[in-house]
Amino acid sequence: MVRTLAAALSLALLPLAAAAAGISDGVVKIGVLTDMTGAYSDLAGPGSVAAAQMAAEDFGGKVAGKPIVIVSADHQNKADVASNVARRWFDQEQVDAVADLVSSSTALAVMPVAASKKRITLLSGPGSDPITGDKCTPYNVHYTYDTYALAHGTGSAVVAEGGKSWFFITADYVFGRTLEEDTASVVKAAGGKVLGAVRAPFPTADFSSYLLQAQSSGAQIVGLANAGADTVNSIKQAHEFGLTPKQSLAGLLVFLSDIHSLGLEAAQGLYLTTAFYWDRDDESRKWAQRFFQRTKRMPTMVHAGVYSEVTHYLKAIQAAGTDDADAVMRKMKDAPVNDFFARNGRIGPDGLHRHDMYLARVKAPKDSKKPWDYYQILETIPADKAFPPLSASKCPLAKK
Amino acid sequence: MTQALFGQLLVGLINGSFYALLSLGLAIIFGLLDVVNFAHGAQYMLGAYLAWMGLTWLGVGYWVALLAAPAAVGLLGMAVERLLLRRLRGLDNLYGLLLTFGLALVVEGLFRQAFGISGNAYPVPPQLAGARNLGFMVLPVYRAWVVVASLAVCLGSWLVIEKTRLGAYLRAGTENPALLQAFGVNVPLMFTVTYGFGAALAAFAGVMAAPVYQVTPLMGSQVIIVVFAVVVIGGMGSILGAIVTGLGLGLLEGLAKFLWPEVSGTVVFVAMALVLLLRPAGLFGRQR
Repeated sequence: MVRTLAAALSLALLPLAAAAAGISDGVVKIGVLTDMTGAYSDLAGPGSVAAAQMAAEDFGGKVAGKPIVIVSADHQNKADVASNVARRWFDQEQVDAVADLVSSSTALAVMPVAASKKRITLLSGPGSDPITGDKCTPYNVHYTYDTYALAHGTGSAVVAEGGKSWFFITADYVFGRTLEEDTASVVKAAGGKVLGAVRAPFPTADFSSYLLQAQSSGAQIVGLANAGADTVNSIKQAHEFGLTPKQSLAGLLVFLSDIHSLGLEAAQGLYLTTAFYWDRDDESRKWAQRFFQRTKRMPTMVHAGVYSEVTHYLKAIQAAGTDDADAVMRKMKDAPVNDFFARNGRIGPDGLHRHDMYLARVKAPKDSKKPWDYYQILETIPADKAFPPLSASKCPLAKK
Repeated sequence: MTQALFGQLLVGLINGSFYALLSLGLAIIFGLLDVVNFAHGAQYMLGAYLAWMGLTWLGVGYWVALLAAPAAVGLLGMAVERLLLRRLRGLDNLYGLLLTFGLALVVEGLFRQAFGISGNAYPVPPQLAGARNLGFMVLPVYRAWVVVASLAVCLGSWLVIEKTRLGAYLRAGTENPALLQAFGVNVPLMFTVTYGFGAALAAFAGVMAAPVYQVTPLMGSQVIIVVFAVVVIGGMGSILGAIVTGLGLGLLEGLAKFLWPEVSGTVVFVAMALVLLLRPAGLFGRQR
């Protein structure tokens, strides 16, 4: 009788014990869910997968004595595809964390799925602030940048330079709209005004109509609240239609890959805010060179972010001695981040990783001395200025 | 307000001339060969890439590319017709559609692998650089050239097909190839050349587009769906229908971008649905 009872008790306690310590299924599996072929595949995509693999290799391929496995899939920038893949990963393939999730719509679709199954999302690609605002979850880290940081960096810098009146060309989905709203409020707060906005379907190849509307608005600054190929086409066509130099462009989310494909001739003088630039210091150059050897391209801030967030996640597992999501999240939020990517980084209870950002200007062709020498870093925006304060967060988790 | 509207309409006309040029090639190929050429977008992209490669690697300028790239893609198209499409003649045209769609995916995939997605910049040729202020809008000189050149090519092709003996052979070949062959006309060669010509038209549009858009592997698939809608609205196979509808839809889209930008991506398909409801054969099509 006593033996049966003891056996029953130990059986009942067994799952609890397993959950409390150790790696749940003998392997730490990280899924890189990203845009492998579409509009964002150069700025994230295969480069993000390579960055995650580099992080796993630099960890020796093992964490807490168990192997690290990186898997990847293409979400095609579609929310339904993203949540389906994530569900399959969680239910059937024991994936512990999903990284990247470029484009906000896919991130917002996967986050609640992950949270309901107690798995971790490590966002590097998306930007919109509902991710750490009213849509936040306890199992999410928003790592690289958000629309607030982009808006504040570029928006206030341009207004300070005298660009008081703005018109927006906005990608017509959640990311573009929040980026436009955030920038508009920064512009107004700094004493500028917003003359109008036009919402272009995403993705669009031909921006001429929208540029004409921007032109006829007479605004000094045309803010581009879009990303990737959309930004590239709008900048290129803005030059064609003679918007510049009468009006100036402000790229609200511009990646190194965009500048590379546009060429400095068309892109020179553009202000932008970035979380990472490869040629900033020895550490960043060293990592970027390794990335370049692997992919034949220099890393964007999304790529560097994926490496850094995966490393931070693995360190947290090491420290916690388990891949249990609650324990790992606690460690991730406790430890500061200081590596080649992030300076003065801290992950708040709302999941937002606040770290230094950089205001940059694209060099003129004559100032570029070597391949991929594109940015001049104008100033460092300290973490507490770059990101919204925790007290202003709409995330319920921040209120505790 | 009216000034802005004129600007939009002019831009619409410019885009429309791209649509017209692309749908013309599709309509010719469908009209004469009964092939739904889904590789048209890839052929358009190839034209742009050949121009870019010529300039970047060999220093070959825009004007040479404008002739050389379509010629190269045309030859490639002839090889495709000769080796692949010819085997499908007489079968349901669904087979041709699948074959060309597959080809397009392969070509696009290869280019994506080689060049990435953000693409490469192609500069406007120096002779056509700059812009003119028309009072109501600033018109880039290059865009004006696009309208003129595409209209000239469209008109020329239409004249050849409708008004010449060669065109008469082509039209006869679609009705009754066996009879035409009995008159001593080399019908298989005619089909090969026709497909090559359609492909060359797509490549021509690609070279024209290179300085306007980024040269990217996706440029073809972005435009091909709209172009198919143009061909369906105009009436499958109708040459005149393709040209007129291409321009008309460009204008309609320009108007939508001005009045209600959010729907500008779908307005073409709404038009297609309406036309198919009212005239199932398309605006200029004949019931077969």
